[in-house]
Amino acid sequence: MTEQSDSLNLESVQKRLAQATGKSYWRSLDELFSTAGFQEFLHREFPRQAAEWIDDDGRRNFLKIMGASLALAGLTGCVKQPVEYVMPYVEEPEKLLAGKPVFYASGYPVAGLVSPILVETHDFRPTKVEGNPEHPASLGATDVPTQASVLGLYDPDRLQAVTYLDEARSYSSFMLSFLTALSQQRASAGAGICILTETVTSPTLGAQMQEVLKQFPAAKWYQWDGQGHGRRSGAELAFGQYVNPVYKFDQADVVFSIDGNFLGSGPGTVRYARDFASRRVLRGGVTTQSRFYAVEASPTSTGSKSDHRLPLKPSQIPVFTRALAAAVSGGQASGEVSTSKFFQAAVKDLLAAKGKSIVIAGEDQSAEIHALVHFMNQALENHGKTVLLTAPLEQKATDQYADLKALVADLNGGKVDLLLIIGGNPVFTAPAEFNLRGNFQKAKTRVRLGLYEDETAEVCQWRIPETHPFEQWSDGPAYDGTMSIMQPLIAPLYGGKSAHNMLAAFTDTPEKPDYLLVREYWQSKHTGADFEAWWKRAVHDGFVKGSAAAEVTATAKMPAAEAAVAGSAMEVSFHTDPYVLDGRYANNAWLQELPRPVTRLTWDNAVVMSEKTARDLDLKDEDRVELAVNGRSVWGSVWRVPGQPDGTVGVSLGYGRTRAGRAGTGAGFNANLLRSASSPTFATGVKLKNLGEKFPLAAVQHHFLMEGRAPVREGTLAEYIKDPLFVQKETETPPAGLTILPSDWQYKGYAWGMAIDLTACNGCNACVVACQAENNIAVVGKGQVLNTREMHWLRIDRYYSGDAANPRAHFQPVGCQHCENAPCEIVCPVAATVHDAEGLNNMVYNRCVGTRYCSNNCPYKVRRFNFLLYTDWDTESLKLQRNPDVTVRSRGVMEKCSFCVQRINYAKIMAEKEDRRVKDGEVITACQATCPADAIAFGDLNDPESKVSKWKREQLNYSLLGELNTRPRVTYLAEIRNPNPAVGEES
Amino acid sequence: MSQPVELPDKIYVGPVIDEQHTLASISDKVGGVVLRRKITLGWTFGLLLSFAALQGLAGAATLLFVKGVGIWGINIPVGWGFAIINFVWWIGIGHAGTLISAILLLLNQSWRNAINRFAEAMTLFAVMCAGMFPVLHTGRPWLAYWLLPYPNTMWLWPQFRSPLAWDVFAVTTYLIISAVFWFVGLLPDLATLRDSSKKDWQKRTYGILAMGWRNSARHWQRYEKASLLLAGMATPLVVSVHTVVSFDFAVSLIPGWHTTIFPPYFVAGAIYSGFAMVLTLMIPVRKFYGLDDIITLRHLNNMAKVTLATALIVAYGYIMEAFFSYFSADKYEKFMIWNRMTGPYWWAYWTLILCNIITPQFLWSKKIRTSPGILWVISIVVNIGMWLERFVIVVTSLHRDFLPSSWGMYAPTVWDWATYVGTLGLFMFLIFLFVRVLPMITIFELRMLLPGARVKESVAR
Amino acid sequence: MGVRQVWPPRVEISDTLESARQYVMSQIFKPSSNATARMSIILTVVIAGVLGGALFELIADSNYATRQNNIREQPIAFSHAHHVGSMGIECRYCHTGVENSQHALVPPTKTCMNCHSQIWVNSPTLEPVRESYRTNQSIKWQKVHDLPDYVYFNHSIHINKGVGCETCHGRVDTMPLMYQYSNLEMRWCLNCHRNPEQYVRPREFITKMGYEPAEPQEILGPKLVKEYNIQKLETCSTCHR
Repeated sequence: MTEQSDSLNLESVQKRLAQATGKSYWRSLDELFSTAGFQEFLHREFPRQAAEWIDDDGRRNFLKIMGASLALAGLTGCVKQPVEYVMPYVEEPEKLLAGKPVFYASGYPVAGLVSPILVETHDFRPTKVEGNPEHPASLGATDVPTQASVLGLYDPDRLQAVTYLDEARSYSSFMLSFLTALSQQRASAGAGICILTETVTSPTLGAQMQEVLKQFPAAKWYQWDGQGHGRRSGAELAFGQYVNPVYKFDQADVVFSIDGNFLGSGPGTVRYARDFASRRVLRGGVTTQSRFYAVEASPTSTGSKSDHRLPLKPSQIPVFTRALAAAVSGGQASGEVSTSKFFQAAVKDLLAAKGKSIVIAGEDQSAEIHALVHFMNQALENHGKTVLLTAPLEQKATDQYADLKALVADLNGGKVDLLLIIGGNPVFTAPAEFNLRGNFQKAKTRVRLGLYEDETAEVCQWRIPETHPFEQWSDGPAYDGTMSIMQPLIAPLYGGKSAHNMLAAFTDTPEKPDYLLVREYWQSKHTGADFEAWWKRAVHDGFVKGSAAAEVTATAKMPAAEAAVAGSAMEVSFHTDPYVLDGRYANNAWLQELPRPVTRLTWDNAVVMSEKTARDLDLKDEDRVELAVNGRSVWGSVWRVPGQPDGTVGVSLGYGRTRAGRAGTGAGFNANLLRSASSPTFATGVKLKNLGEKFPLAAVQHHFLMEGRAPVREGTLAEYIKDPLFVQKETETPPAGLTILPSDWQYKGYAWGMAIDLTACNGCNACVVACQAENNIAVVGKGQVLNTREMHWLRIDRYYSGDAANPRAHFQPVGCQHCENAPCEIVCPVAATVHDAEGLNNMVYNRCVGTRYCSNNCPYKVRRFNFLLYTDWDTESLKLQRNPDVTVRSRGVMEKCSFCVQRINYAKIMAEKEDRRVKDGEVITACQATCPADAIAFGDLNDPESKVSKWKREQLNYSLLGELNTRPRVTYLAEIRNPNPAVGEES
Repeated sequence: MSQPVELPDKIYVGPVIDEQHTLASISDKVGGVVLRRKITLGWTFGLLLSFAALQGLAGAATLLFVKGVGIWGINIPVGWGFAIINFVWWIGIGHAGTLISAILLLLNQSWRNAINRFAEAMTLFAVMCAGMFPVLHTGRPWLAYWLLPYPNTMWLWPQFRSPLAWDVFAVTTYLIISAVFWFVGLLPDLATLRDSSKKDWQKRTYGILAMGWRNSARHWQRYEKASLLLAGMATPLVVSVHTVVSFDFAVSLIPGWHTTIFPPYFVAGAIYSGFAMVLTLMIPVRKFYGLDDIITLRHLNNMAKVTLATALIVAYGYIMEAFFSYFSADKYEKFMIWNRMTGPYWWAYWTLILCNIITPQFLWSKKIRTSPGILWVISIVVNIGMWLERFVIVVTSLHRDFLPSSWGMYAPTVWDWATYVGTLGLFMFLIFLFVRVLPMITIFELRMLLPGARVKESVAR
Repeated sequence: MGVRQVWPPRVEISDTLESARQYVMSQIFKPSSNATARMSIILTVVIAGVLGGALFELIADSNYATRQNNIREQPIAFSHAHHVGSMGIECRYCHTGVENSQHALVPPTKTCMNCHSQIWVNSPTLEPVRESYRTNQSIKWQKVHDLPDYVYFNHSIHINKGVGCETCHGRVDTMPLMYQYSNLEMRWCLNCHRNPEQYVRPREFITKMGYEPAEPQEILGPKLVKEYNIQKLETCSTCHR
């Protein structure tokens, strides 16, 4: 956003501020802000931009012509490079050695729960997020939104200045009017004040809020956050008190999930994925597996990993759950749901594994289901063993629908003079019936602290830019209550303010920095002389050791039977999108272009239905249909997904944002419009109308059968025990050295290799984002994805096998296989892709002329080509994110997975300086580091003790397309499941 | 060949040149086309039309340099699209010229004399069109010179194991030899034009081009030597060039490309399409310039025969390809051929079978072989078929290779078409100019025929 | 060759008037034009082939393109000759990163001020330094040794493996104004990566200017290569990622 002279950008604003000093400051500010240019600058994020983002037409062309003509301008154009400058510090900061990355421990809150992270910074620029290996909730891995958070930090569409009625103001002028408003409220003890926040979990913020309420006893504090309603109210329903369930999947022999996606998103997903995988993988002679049953209203990556999966209409799920609850609690299961082999086998397994089983309900499921699940876990004696109940993580756990109702009531009663909305995006995420867009207008003064100028900001007069979590001090719990201390990694890019600053404004120290607020809170908790040391430690580690929430004892009662909703011919079930969640990350282009694990779609949500339903309704993929539920309707595009129960459609929430930004605006449709507070999980009596036109969906994979080529080798535990070598027998791999060009090359030094355990991989895609962040991989936009030109170096293939209506799904991460006989290398005419002495298949961008022959000849089709200039060279803020150790590619060159060669070289240089070999585990690739399921091993094949060597010695180890004699350095461990023979083929 | 043979009438379809012709009448007739004939409306129209098409190429190429090859329909998995299809197609077309001028010369096929000049010109222009694509299709065309071996500051050479590196040599050699051969062949006729042209500037232009040719015995003696040597050099090219081109595919491991039969059937296909193109161009020219007494039915008949013969070789190639895929018992090969016949691009495959195998069967009939109109239509059908053959080879092999997860589709964009039609424009543009400014038929070689033309037998073969 | 033998046809001259005209017509070219024609052919070959080819090499390899030996415009006329040569300040006093980071690091203004807050406090040449220190604005130096962005060079490993500063940067102690000593072409890098034994020196002499090997390099070199375990890294990934 820098090239148009008529518009402003960050630098020019700063420059103009810099020029203005002392008295003239305010005046010049107003001059500055009143310019048309600034208005322009504030409203950058609308479709014009979106268009530019999606395809390369528009503003970049000029630059491209320049680029091309420069290159063509003759020899000097090719051979002479522009002059560059060095700008040393005036005074070097401590602990900074330019050119060496520094890692800081911090945290990133996802729906209230803080993911513990280490942030890699180059010269104080956060460039990459890693999990915090010390922290129990991470063990070094992260989930997808956390991986992508670093792009959110540099999002050029963030709200960049304080505005009042679209007029830019200075923060101090806001404070002035805000404090005035407050002082007017003092008389009425703040009766007119209403604060709407997301679910508050930060203890500091909670304490501040109590302080605020002490100052203004009559003020109201409401919370709204799309996430976790069922979990909270369910616990309340079952136990009569709010508790927080923590699951121990590593202890569970039998897992039963009710429309859950605990491997894909939600609280504790990272740790759960690790623990769950630890009971599934068969490495090191293990021959036991936990057994996993799943009931689903719409297929998820979690269900795809199950041994038995039962698609169920959403209206049937409560019925089924009650029956199951009755059965496992010694009662008599009724209804035809209880007659299925699946049901009986599951009950049998659960009862046999008392105290060693887990029943878990989905985040999107209703309170009733959650309550029933608590009841079952109690009946199965799992509490305290596989299911721990802890004190709630929320500072004030409430039924947030009730909060919203109360808020709307206040607004309608005209009781609200000052409405302060901190974070969240209630106008978009609240069910339509609350009509917040309209009702908010009833508050006299509306102040909004938010990252974006979004749907909620639209209806607020004051818009205050919020700090990104990487720009502020804060704290908060992980899924088990372990407290993270979040430290800022960069000064606020757009002069944002944090929620802490906002609440401080209510107190008599309105300007108190969040550092002091957080620190003082903890000082009040950790009284004692050693606080300084303790605090340093906590900040350094990023979390407070042993601060997990205390266990509580509670007894669940069977919730009173609600009137079961009658099913209907066509039902719709709503699901939080695993990546953009309720839409809060909609403007994160990495997340938008990240293929959804089951649908494989990017940039859109879809109306997911089964093959049969589509045939019955005479619908094809990408047919645009109207979804109507009691009066309200939205339109979306059909996408057939096997495993979706017949007579239902599944839609994911978080799409259809109207004011998200250049990436999120206009992506998908807003299914939230169909939800009602009474039934947020699903709706019956759905009308589908074919609008008779196509709306294209950008899928990255179009063919899901293995065509008898067995890219994914799979089997059951029984088969494996019977014949541990069955995988090896499936195809013959030619003996080494069988090649027309015999090479006597010996890999004497290091021989880098990778192994991927398909039993562990749950297709969450965290590795793909990690790769994108680490390797400066460009986003190409929907238009290019439609022409299968996406750039991800690592992709997760998804195949189906078995029964067509309810198939088994398989995930397989595929990046460059680094073949020892690499087909790509012999066909490159300019030697731009060559083998190196350690077995890496190098891609030399600066030598590539772009014949694409290598990609044609690659049997794995893992090479990616810059058909156009995909890298955004213009947006200043995005440049800060890029990894300085990886070349930023331009158009016309091929690229692909490099095994994170920059990390290898870094480790080698470190080792060389100490005159030693690189130790196992010193080189960790980006994908491996972030994998929650620990499905990837990487290391030196010449070291027989290395993790990867051990994995490759497993009997399940095989090469993808090994029969081609490419001798890939990446191998896979076959996928093994543990189905219950009693169920048979039924599901 | 010194022993004349009596040919039965059912084979004999007339002389290679009308008996009425004299030495003078030939130079008059052929030279006249260039020197005296008025510029006709038809010619002007054709020239402008092809020039317009040429602008399409210019536009597409400019956009390509500015924005990148992404303006085309190519993607992953189909990394090569129209560009390579057209490259192979054009190179193939070129082959007829070389075959006629080189191999038929060595075999002393007198009937070639009337058509070799034109065929050589066609070769030259076709190779020009072909040569453009390897450069255009690269992601960074301004660096395409890295494919050439030259000493550089990077201490790097091209990667000589890559077929694309071989292409560079094959195509450039081909271009040079064809150009030299063609020009040397022109010398005596340029002299003739120089001498029979009226205007001074014409004299000078043709004079310079004739390089001082004076018809002296020494000139003729050296000329004969030179053309024999060049023919000797060009002959292997007929086989080698398209063999190397076929290696682009045969050397890879993609099912449908990795095929040992490619070299022979690419060469056959090349000659096939080449002769088709000669017919496509020759028949109208023959008509509009009333040259049917010089390019006689005899020529058309012979060319049709060659076309038929090569068609049969190509057909054999297709059948063997299918058979190998079945016989190899390799799951990828099997699927490949099945996908070609029944997959999303089935229409391309069956159309090419129709064009390249069924249609030419008509040429068994002498009646059809000697009726220019039908022959012309057939030749065009064959041209289309041969283009489709390359489409099938490039696209259907790539779009579904090994991993089902990475299967995709390919659809050309308007810029793909603009580039293709553009090269057609360039080709026709050059042809139109050629027929106007140079003798499109070898005057002196026709004269050679005359003394013999009075004797039917001696030229019967 | 029945047909061919009739050439040149004896009958031709007297064949018809039309074709006879060809042989009794006026000259249009002077005899000299033959020479011109031949010359033109030769020249074309020479110009196209030799010059064209050579030109690229010349330009690509010229100091103009590589900036070898070019002195850069700098905000301050800083003299290494003075500071290193005369004062004998050790390289690592200013270039602090060279042993641990990929960058050698241009010193912060503070480093200059360490001394220049005491000496030459009023010298006008040093005003930019003082100004930078006052206003907290960086001094904007021009990069002298500037590799393309796709080349990843790491100072620390070279220093640790016994490649002296002098080897690449030349006799800095004799440079009043800094210039690029080497051409920094890829072949220049490769030359050392292929024959390190010709260039390495004992670690203790890393920063020594005008170093002379104690024993002949062809004996010392291989010894050091062995001792420092120096590999001949020629693979692309060594420098390009």
